[in-house]
Amino acid sequence: MLAPHHGSGVIAGTFLIALLLTIMPMPDWMRYIRPDWVGLVLIYWCLALPERVGVGTGWVTGLLVDLLTGTLLGQHAMALAVVAYLTLKFHQRVRLFPVWQQALTVLVLLVLHQLLALWVSRFIGRPAPPWYYWAPSVTSMLLWPVIYLFLRTLRRGFRIS
Amino acid sequence: MVLMTLDHRYNQLHSLRAGLSVVVYPLQLAVEIPGDVTAWFRESLSTRRQLQEENASLRTQLLMLKAQSQKLQSLEVENIRLRELLDSSFEVGEKVLVAELMVANLDPYKHQVVINKGELDRVYPGQPLLDAEGVMGQVVHVGPYSSTAVLITDTSHAIPVRINRNGIRTIALGSGTINRLDLPYLSNNADVVPGDLLVTSGLGGRFPPGYPVAVVEAVQHDPGRTFARIIAKPTARLDSSSEVLLVWPGETPVAESDVSVQTDDTPAVESGVAEESVETPDNDSAAPVESHPAEATP
Repeated sequence: MLAPHHGSGVIAGTFLIALLLTIMPMPDWMRYIRPDWVGLVLIYWCLALPERVGVGTGWVTGLLVDLLTGTLLGQHAMALAVVAYLTLKFHQRVRLFPVWQQALTVLVLLVLHQLLALWVSRFIGRPAPPWYYWAPSVTSMLLWPVIYLFLRTLRRGFRIS
Repeated sequence: MVLMTLDHRYNQLHSLRAGLSVVVYPLQLAVEIPGDVTAWFRESLSTRRQLQEENASLRTQLLMLKAQSQKLQSLEVENIRLRELLDSSFEVGEKVLVAELMVANLDPYKHQVVINKGELDRVYPGQPLLDAEGVMGQVVHVGPYSSTAVLITDTSHAIPVRINRNGIRTIALGSGTINRLDLPYLSNNADVVPGDLLVTSGLGGRFPPGYPVAVVEAVQHDPGRTFARIIAKPTARLDSSSEVLLVWPGETPVAESDVSVQTDDTPAVESGVAEESVETPDNDSAAPVESHPAEATP
């Protein structure tokens, strides 16, 4: 059989690409609806491999997001760790959902991610963002089926389990 | 995690952030690649004719700037002489370093930029950042190879300014909109009109005095309020500059300027190659010319 750590490189690679997409330069209007790539990838791996990807992974990638986007250290780390925790908690249920229902779950999780990040930034005295602050969660939800299919093909291709 | 967040409020984590920024530096470099490649293609595919045209226009521009700086030097010498008569100390020019903005997009709700100079180039937190047209912001986090700067329009930023026409001092606050600054602390009867130039006042000791910050755009007098509502537009091109100047306010490269001999050095300085960082103290010929990029603009 395959070694227990088989495919870790692929998982790390998907996170790396998600991080790159997070800071990829975009036209101005697209910056505000940029999907939460890291959140999407994290939720997928938490659903698919709950015994390998979890709160710790969420926290570390969140810390990298904080460094890359210049936010307070720990802001996204905390939020993504919570998202990973909840995904792990419900992974058995969510796995059986049809994909559109999964997308709704993803929406809830990512809104939570943004809400936690918003709490932290309000706490340190940043002003309230406009209503389209929540747009990334919606675009991420719409992208979920694509991400899901892509990562599943990738996972089966590399036989990661 | 929460502890970390709290800890950061008291600035205990600067060294940690600096260390970790080395880890993400490769990622920041990686997102530069697509832009670099397109730029390279555009450069290598541009025709000879285009290059000639560009060359010609740059030549005229250089000539005009040279002419302007000639006048400036005589004025500067005169100014120094007059100030000597008044027995006041005045520093002309600061040590500057050209840095390049990295293209990485940060949190869209914070006005921050990443620059490609860090601790190894002696960048320090709080250092002023300028572009050719005016003040851009100040450095907040310094890593070994790159640093993060906050722009003057960020909501957490305030800059002490003075109206160039009459010397009224006030504070310009960032508004969160990239082309707007608010001046909430000027009373209703203050002498401000649209078109007034705001320059740094040098109070607070962080920004060197005399650099243009913004132009007053609208003044609204509301009799029901103590203060006027004034908005101003930053002169620096905050969202489109790709090369910026880092300034060391305390360090003077030259005491007096006598540049008429060394003007042939100027093209090298103005060539815009950001990788060739121009440090001025050992190269005093270039200093007066490049330390006044801001004043050269009308």
